[in-house]
Amino acid sequence: MKILIAGDGKLGETLAKQLSVEKHDVTVVDSNPSVLETDVGRYDVMYVQGNCATMETLRQAGVEQANLLIAVTGSDEVNLLCCTTAHWINPHLHTIARIRNPEYVEQTYAMRDAFAISMIVNPDQQAAAEIERLIKYPGFLKRESFAKGRMEIVELRIDADSKLRDVTLNSLNSIVKCKVLVCAVVREGNAVTPDGNFILREGDRIFVTAPTDTLSVLLKNLGIITRRVERVMIVGGGKVSYYLAQALQKHATEDRDTGILKRVLPRSGIDVQLVDIDPERCRSIADQLPGIQVVCGDASSLSFLESIGLAQSSALVALTGLDELNMVIALYGKNHNVPQVIAKMSRIENSQVIDNLSIGSMISPRSLCCNTIIRYVRAMQNQTGAAVTMHTIADGNAEAIEFSIDQSAMHCNVPLKKLKIRENVLIVGIIRGQYIEIPNGDSHYEVGDSVVIVSSGNQIIGQFNDIFA
Amino acid sequence: MNYRMIGRINAFLLILEAFFMIPSVIYCFYDHDRWVGYSFLIGMGVCLAVAGLLLILTRHAPAGFYAKDGFVCVGFGWILICLFGCTPYWLSGQLPQFIDALFETVSGFTTTGSSVVPAVESLSRGVNYWRCFTNWLGGMGVLVFLLALAPIGGENGGYTMHLLRAESPGPNVGKLVPKMRRTAAILYLIYILLTFLDFLFLVVGEMSAYEALCTSFATAGTGGFGVKNDSLAGFSSYSQNVCTVFMMLFGVNFSCYYLILIRKVKNVLKDEEFRLYWGIAIGSVGAITLNLMLNKFYQGSFWDTLRHSSFQVSSIMTTTGFATTDFDAWPTFSKVILVCLMVIGACAGSTGGGIKCARLLLILKGLRRNIRQLLHPNRVEVVHINGNAVDEGILANTNAYLAAYAAILVVSFILVSIDHITVTTSLTAVLACMNNIGPGLEQVGPSANYAGLSILSKSVLILDMLAGRLEIFPILILFSRGTWKRY
Repeated sequence: MKILIAGDGKLGETLAKQLSVEKHDVTVVDSNPSVLETDVGRYDVMYVQGNCATMETLRQAGVEQANLLIAVTGSDEVNLLCCTTAHWINPHLHTIARIRNPEYVEQTYAMRDAFAISMIVNPDQQAAAEIERLIKYPGFLKRESFAKGRMEIVELRIDADSKLRDVTLNSLNSIVKCKVLVCAVVREGNAVTPDGNFILREGDRIFVTAPTDTLSVLLKNLGIITRRVERVMIVGGGKVSYYLAQALQKHATEDRDTGILKRVLPRSGIDVQLVDIDPERCRSIADQLPGIQVVCGDASSLSFLESIGLAQSSALVALTGLDELNMVIALYGKNHNVPQVIAKMSRIENSQVIDNLSIGSMISPRSLCCNTIIRYVRAMQNQTGAAVTMHTIADGNAEAIEFSIDQSAMHCNVPLKKLKIRENVLIVGIIRGQYIEIPNGDSHYEVGDSVVIVSSGNQIIGQFNDIFA
Repeated sequence: MNYRMIGRINAFLLILEAFFMIPSVIYCFYDHDRWVGYSFLIGMGVCLAVAGLLLILTRHAPAGFYAKDGFVCVGFGWILICLFGCTPYWLSGQLPQFIDALFETVSGFTTTGSSVVPAVESLSRGVNYWRCFTNWLGGMGVLVFLLALAPIGGENGGYTMHLLRAESPGPNVGKLVPKMRRTAAILYLIYILLTFLDFLFLVVGEMSAYEALCTSFATAGTGGFGVKNDSLAGFSSYSQNVCTVFMMLFGVNFSCYYLILIRKVKNVLKDEEFRLYWGIAIGSVGAITLNLMLNKFYQGSFWDTLRHSSFQVSSIMTTTGFATTDFDAWPTFSKVILVCLMVIGACAGSTGGGIKCARLLLILKGLRRNIRQLLHPNRVEVVHINGNAVDEGILANTNAYLAAYAAILVVSFILVSIDHITVTTSLTAVLACMNNIGPGLEQVGPSANYAGLSILSKSVLILDMLAGRLEIFPILILFSRGTWKRY
């Protein structure tokens, strides 16, 4: 497919990399020549310098022949204008625009036809939703949900006092006393697909597939104490913080999750405390969200955080614009035994160096948003059998993809042990109606099911039938 | 530096070279030149053996390939293919001196066309085919061919851009389409198509298929190796005119042909470099024709004068180096124009050499701006080419290129002059080699050749040819101490 990416920022670069690896013809447009010059030898894509919202530049970048435009410049207005202009030149073009300003969210959705936008992505909102989900289940580093939230892949770290330390995977189910499947392990920076004899070591991060309603059992049997989330401290008053604070407040009334949540999250809602250094911004947040406590001060000072009650918080979320500061704040939180610490990483990749610091969960709005767009691209390519949900797990070394099984799927109703599935591909979940199965060799899938697979190889699984060798 | 990756790419180059020797072997055995055929087979064997060894040594090449690696890879790759490409000349005894064999190969790959062969007609057909073929392959670039063939880029193929930039001529090398492999394939398809057309036009005339093939290879690469000692003087005026036209065509930036293919002819006609190129060519032909007519050359026949002057202008400007007449006998004015054309060269992104019209344009426009800035020191002005602002970095690079060019020219000129030859000879020898033309004036003129020079001069000229073809920096960087430091 011919894809145009407008804006060579963090997200644009990640998309260029991923899409060019997936053999698409990618052209990146940016107005800053020095940004393009740094990237020019990195990825096999073409670079065009110019203002992406002008017809001239768009024509130069080949918009007439393009199939998809992804507008991810720093400005929402430019993204909108870019999509509208490009679509006017080429009416067959699909367009994806990144809209970040909360004030525009409603109108861009309502006017999406007028703006000619096929999909709107909002990384900040996505990140906020992700953090909200993590806060619900303290103890997991990350949660990726499938089948409309009924099945999950959760990330856990094996600490020194973990019950799973030095345990073989075969005996895992007898310890956690529920049906789960370990689909990937990250050890010393490398992702491995484990078999039954694999022994878990301290420092491993494991990715566990489980039905959502067994998560609480899993946590309990692992000895991870889940306290009621009562007080959340958010540092930084950016857009993610706004969405998160809003969501946590709403939570009391709009609780859609099952079971345990009612225990974790009291009906009365959560006390949200928001810290920012800029008085003006504090004022504007206090104006928009009157229900939360806004504190103005410098979060890089530990004594200040202590004075506003860091040790009493059940969760600390570091969402400032600086990755370094977020890391330091997260370390403060760890040091004061805050049960759950989440840090936003915008620039820094999920790398082993940071991993060794064990600062808790890391959220990257960029990779969340990138996944959404990649899924759209793959769905555009495969009209049938396309992925329903896609998440990258294990630091980007593996992909977990959900497919709905339709008539075109091969090998329906055949036990899995008889199938020849590609190396590095695992079927980790079969969802049939209300019933969620963690499969073994005798399981099978039928038309109408949803199947979740984990692929850790280099091959790209664009449609379900790609998993067969 | 990523030595393993560089080694791997060079191994692929050698395999490619061995593969391209096959037609020569066939020619040799068809002509019963057994020993020449065997020397080609030995050459292929050596290429493959070294390539195999390199491949084994460079398993598990790490990722990470940057501009520096690209330059070193291209510089090394070219030296390597020249070293291994000269084995057939040397082993077959057709050029018994190693330095002569190397000179001939470098001259071939760099599309210079300077020859040390005393009598081209006495060469075996297989050897002469190889000479002309090196012209063709060197014209568009061996690495570009490799890029079109093999997915050496792997997953993050972006680094292949460094290879294209290091090998392709021009101040601002870019891709035609997003994928490097397709860009390289498009370039070679255009190249092959044009070469084939040239071949067809030539073979319709009086040339044999073999002569037409060799001549079209040499024309396409703007190399200038001929099948006859007197270059094209012995062929009919029809063949000469075909060559005139095709030499000019191969001197055009190949992205123009791509634009024509995607029906953007208007952009081509508006292209400033394209206009300058044709402007200079037509102006020079006019001036030389007038000069020759006034001096009563060619019995005062206008058409003969026009044919010879246009052929020579096209040959020198595109840096091909064919000749239909001994232009050394021309009046000084005409010779000076030809020497100027030697330096200017063809368009960027073509198979020709020289400074390139695109650079000339940048230099002149930059100069105009500097003069204006002298008058109004606070004036801010942006240089435009085809209506687009030119990055200051490109202007600075162009000036640096010119400085490096001048420095190498001066040093080579002094070194070559140690031989007891005239000033004109040594200057034009260096100019003709650095700009990949071939014949110079006087003792290295169209009717003479480079066989009489000393080993020192030949070695200097070999480096000049490589530096000229690769636009100096990939060769210069090999001699920089910073390249080999560990940081």
